[in-house]
Amino acid sequence: MYNKFFSLLSGIIFGIGLTIAGMTNPAKIVAFLNITGEWDPSLIFVMGGAIVFTAPFFYLLRNKNKPFFSSAFQLPTNTKIDRKLIFGSSLFGIGWGMLGLCPGPAISSIAFLQPLSILFIFSMIAGFYFSIFFKL
Amino acid sequence: MFKMDLVNFTPISALIGGLIIGTAVVLFFVSTGRLAGISGILSSTIEKKENRFSNILFVIGLVLGPLTYMISLKKEIVFSIISSVPLIIIGGLLVGIGTKIGSGCTSGHGICGISRFSTRSIFATITFMICAIITVFIMKILGIY
Repeated sequence: MYNKFFSLLSGIIFGIGLTIAGMTNPAKIVAFLNITGEWDPSLIFVMGGAIVFTAPFFYLLRNKNKPFFSSAFQLPTNTKIDRKLIFGSSLFGIGWGMLGLCPGPAISSIAFLQPLSILFIFSMIAGFYFSIFFKL
Repeated sequence: MFKMDLVNFTPISALIGGLIIGTAVVLFFVSTGRLAGISGILSSTIEKKENRFSNILFVIGLVLGPLTYMISLKKEIVFSIISSVPLIIIGGLLVGIGTKIGSGCTSGHGICGISRFSTRSIFATITFMICAIITVFIMKILGIY
């Protein structure tokens, strides 16, 4: 029960953060990536702020046995820098650069009822299904 | 080479937003034990029964967040994207396939992973940043941006 409540609450807070940061506007992401034009470095402050805030907590929680409302912490076990990681991240980077939309802001932008962002979400979900079906 | 766009550069709201995102990541981790990587949450909702309802609630929260923000502060949020339907479909497919193969996106690798000093995530983030910057550069040459 609490697990579900905190999942919802975390999602809400995450969404508010993205909105205040301006990250729900694809044009702002493109302006960040456009380093040879009118560069807008705001995204560095968003990621930097989030990382500097989060890192000490991950460090302090490393020896904690279990989270408050679940039986165990679930962390990735794979530590290999492999072709899959680099190939997948490259494809993601190309898609991200083409539009300025990544999964979080895309979902949050449902709130603005923009048909193009809904189309993006359907395409992205089709992409998930494609990878799952072909076991990529 | 770097010409800063001071009109649209918003360091303070960016930093505040970043700290709020960080709060959400920490809250989700201490309460559920999981990392708030959005592409992972989305694709595992499709793929796995485990945590499905919690994942759906997180996704609903992602939409409710901006909605409550807009309604309570009566603010209009700017959303401007390229209007080409084929590009949106291709871009969406690439983001879906790429984040699934590369096991993460801006939130999972870029924020959660780097905060945990994961070498994998640092490599992933550098890779998608470089590819995205090159893509924007090519799109400018092609006259799309």
